[in-house]
Amino acid sequence: MMTNPTGRITQGQFSFLPDLTDEEITAQIDYGLRKGYAWSVEYTDDPHPRNTYWEMFGMPMFDLADPAGVMMELQACRKTFPNHYIRMMAFDSTRNVETIAMSFIVNRPANEPGFGLVRQETNGRTVRYTVHSYATDQPEAKRY
Amino acid sequence: MNKPHEPGSTEIAEITDKKKRYSAGVLKYRQMGYWNGDYVPKDTDVLCLFRITPQEGVDPIEAAAAVAGESSTATWTVVWTDRLTACDSYRAKAYKVEPVPGNPGQYFAWVAYDLILFEEGSIANMTASLIGNVFSFKPLKAARLEDIRVPVAYVKTFKGPPTGLIVERERLDKFGRPLLGATTKPKLGLSGRNYGRVVYEGLKGGLDFMKDDENINSQPFMHWRDRFLYVMDAVNKASAATGEVKGSYLNVTAGTMEEMYRRADFAKELGSVIVMVDLVIGYTAIQSMAEWCRANDMIMHMHRAGHGTYTRQKNHGVSFRVIAKWLRLAGCDHLHTGTAVGKLEGDPMTVQGYYNVCRDSVTKTDYPRGLYFDQDWADLKKVMPVASGGIHAGQMHQLIDLFGDDVVLQFGGGTIGHPAGIQAGAVANRVALECMVKARNEGKDILNEGPDILRKAAQSCTPLKQALDTWGEISFNYASTDTSDYAVTPAVA
Repeated sequence: MMTNPTGRITQGQFSFLPDLTDEEITAQIDYGLRKGYAWSVEYTDDPHPRNTYWEMFGMPMFDLADPAGVMMELQACRKTFPNHYIRMMAFDSTRNVETIAMSFIVNRPANEPGFGLVRQETNGRTVRYTVHSYATDQPEAKRY
Repeated sequence: MNKPHEPGSTEIAEITDKKKRYSAGVLKYRQMGYWNGDYVPKDTDVLCLFRITPQEGVDPIEAAAAVAGESSTATWTVVWTDRLTACDSYRAKAYKVEPVPGNPGQYFAWVAYDLILFEEGSIANMTASLIGNVFSFKPLKAARLEDIRVPVAYVKTFKGPPTGLIVERERLDKFGRPLLGATTKPKLGLSGRNYGRVVYEGLKGGLDFMKDDENINSQPFMHWRDRFLYVMDAVNKASAATGEVKGSYLNVTAGTMEEMYRRADFAKELGSVIVMVDLVIGYTAIQSMAEWCRANDMIMHMHRAGHGTYTRQKNHGVSFRVIAKWLRLAGCDHLHTGTAVGKLEGDPMTVQGYYNVCRDSVTKTDYPRGLYFDQDWADLKKVMPVASGGIHAGQMHQLIDLFGDDVVLQFGGGTIGHPAGIQAGAVANRVALECMVKARNEGKDILNEGPDILRKAAQSCTPLKQALDTWGEISFNYASTDTSDYAVTPAVA
């Protein structure tokens, strides 16, 4: 159990809101598609704030224009990884943007133990900090 | 026959007594080649738009030619040594003059400068030319540099933002919503230990950034090293508590470059993702700090301390849109650009113009927003605008409608002054932000439905309800000073 006001990891666009329903997720996907973004589904059991590369559940869906198709991919990912973190990512290929335009979590493990802070005392009062994920003490796929 | 009329001249009194002779001195500029109504600006010219208020009896075209002259090669009299040079290249050319709508006595003067007049990659050089002497020039009652077009050829000599808003988002892993920040308050007097407490509470509660204020440097109540050490403990603790990358702008502004580098190095050693400087350190120091940030993977936050002394009054000074252009070229990643709805000066459309300057790939001419030229940024990185000063969660719909996603919204008092504490203040702001982004994406008309959307979200979020009950009706509804000359733009209440 994490002690921040939400009691959970707060990455992504909507972590402070009640979990989005499938209908609400569909509305966000639709918004992204109308903006010309390509959606992608990613999952992980290592949600460290600097773990950039979550696993890709297939390729970004560049040519898919129907939110229902994107939702099918999400459902397939949820079925395969029911206890992993899953996020929806939208890519914008516009010149001078060419990065992620939307990102929000749509699946979480039932229990989120969170992170500890390891302080290594060094010279003088300087401290080196390590954010340590309790879950990653276990091997991959056995963390949640 | 001319008499010298430069500041400090012993013959000032004589000239003011001899008005006709004085006017003849101004006429000279026109005769010397600083006015050319048929001139077609080259793609490589620097173009400036000045707002000028000529003295009584001074013809506007003559005044415009004088501005061109005094900001390029001219002096008060003819010098034969001009003839040793390709002098026509060096003369700036006023090429258009128009009355300012609704402001009798004021004129817009367009002036073109050949690229040869400027040193590559130096804001100090560009500003020394364009605003060096001319603003003290006596035949003008007042002058203001309204806008500037920097040609692509010159843009490419600047490195621009060290990180840029795209890469900043990738480093922070935050997309699709404005970032949230708060300035630690009170701005003066907290010890390092107490200061870090505020930072920790704000970040753990849901903010992305906390911020030193512009005048927090290293005063008797808090040595800078003490602040950095406590703040970074707070930042890392909050990161572990939330699973998010967090930051706090460590202000490294100091009396010398050597001391600024020393402080920045310590910020880096402690693992900070961001450092901060104040505009008052000057353009050359800013360009040097940008170099340091590029070499050290650091985001650079710019607080525009002092700008109001020369940007606010419409008749004299330099518009902030010009300052924003210079700062994008010089290189900063965050820039305070106004809120339109908060406690500080800012007409909404004029402020939107500043945001465009920071974030556009090509800024298009847009008179109502005060943009008088097309500006191609030649793929230069983009600056993240920062809205800070007297804003609160109850204005979230207005802020997102005005500024979109690529902005840092900073609620200082609106976080720390929350009746249930700093974490509650942060929660209120984050929930307000997320529910409004979600609603906008769902196709809701947030500008009109915003208050209802907030009230609905507050039903399941007590901190947001408390924030709305405390500040919901607060607005700073004063008329702006620096407004568009081409649109009627009432303040946003």
